[in-house]
Amino acid sequence: MKFIKFLLAGVLFGIVMTKSEAISWYRIQEMFRFQAFHMYGIIGTAVVLGVIGVALIKKFKMRDASGDPIVFHPKAKSIPRYLIGGIIFGLGWALSGACPGPMVVNIGYGFLTMFIVLVFATIGTYLYGVLQKKLPH
Amino acid sequence: MLEFIMQPWPWWFSGVVISFIMFILLFFGKSFGFSANLRTICAIGGAGKKVKFFDFDWKKQVWNLVFLVGAIIGGFIAKEFLSGGDYAVQISEATVRDLGALGFAAPTSMQPGELFSFSSAFSLKGFLILAIGGLLVGFGARYAGGCTSGHAISGISDLQVPSMIAVVGFFIGGLVMTFGIFPLIF
Repeated sequence: MKFIKFLLAGVLFGIVMTKSEAISWYRIQEMFRFQAFHMYGIIGTAVVLGVIGVALIKKFKMRDASGDPIVFHPKAKSIPRYLIGGIIFGLGWALSGACPGPMVVNIGYGFLTMFIVLVFATIGTYLYGVLQKKLPH
Repeated sequence: MLEFIMQPWPWWFSGVVISFIMFILLFFGKSFGFSANLRTICAIGGAGKKVKFFDFDWKKQVWNLVFLVGAIIGGFIAKEFLSGGDYAVQISEATVRDLGALGFAAPTSMQPGELFSFSSAFSLKGFLILAIGGLLVGFGARYAGGCTSGHAISGISDLQVPSMIAVVGFFIGGLVMTFGIFPLIF
C-alpha cells in the first residue's frame, strides 16, 4: 500500500501529458519549429513554479512526509556528457516525438507501436552502460 | 468544470499540474526523473551481472516503476474518460504546412499514422525510424544523466547548470533532426 501514492502520481502524470497533448509527435514538431507557444508554455510554467518552490523548500529547510530534510543533489560539473548526451537525446526526441515518460503514456493511450520505441530506448540505455567507460564525461 | 477537463488542457494549467507532481514526489522523499526507469529495467533483467553500471540496488527504484505503471493507466483514462476518445491535435497552420511538404497529412489523431500505425511500424523504414528514435533517446538520456523530467523540470528548478547544458543539447539535437535530417528521410 505504501506505493499507492506513487501510482496515483503516475496516473496524474499520464493524464496531464495526454490532456496537454505533450505526448503528441505533432506538438514536439511544432515546438522544434518554433511555431507555437504551447510546449514552451507548459515547460516554462512548470519551471517557473519549480524554481520558486525549490527556493522556498531550501530557504525554510522544509521536510518531507517522513520528517527527513528535503535534499537536492548537485549534479557533477561537466560539459561534454551533458552536451553530447543531450544532443543524442534531442535527435531521438524529435525523431520519435517522445521522451521516456510520453512513450509509456502513449502505450496506455493505445499507440501500441510506441512499445517498439520503448524497447529500443531500453536497449539504448543498456548500450550506454556497456560503453560508459569509453565515452567522454 | 467538467467542460474544462474534457477539453485539451491549456499550457498554464498543464504546467501547474506538472510542477505539482514534482513537488508531491519531493514531499514523498523522491525526485522526479522518468528515464531512470530504463536503467532499473536493465538491472532487473540481470544486466548488473555483466555491466557495473546496472549493478545497484534497484529495489529502491520500485516506486518509480509504480509511477510508470500509473502513467500508462493515466494515458488510458485521459483518452477514454476525459476526452471522449482520440481526436485530431490542433497544431498551428505553419506546422501543418511544413509537415505537409515532408509528406505528412494534416492531423486526424493524437499521433501521425505515417509513423505509428501498424502498417508503417512494420515496414522496414517505419520500424527503423521508431527503433533508432528509441535508441537515441535511451542512450542520450543516460549519457546526459536525465531526460526532460530530470533535467528540464527538476534540474532547472534547482538552477543546476548541468541541466541547462543538457537542455541546450536537447534543442541542438532536436533542431538538427527537424531541419537537417527530416528532409533527407521523409
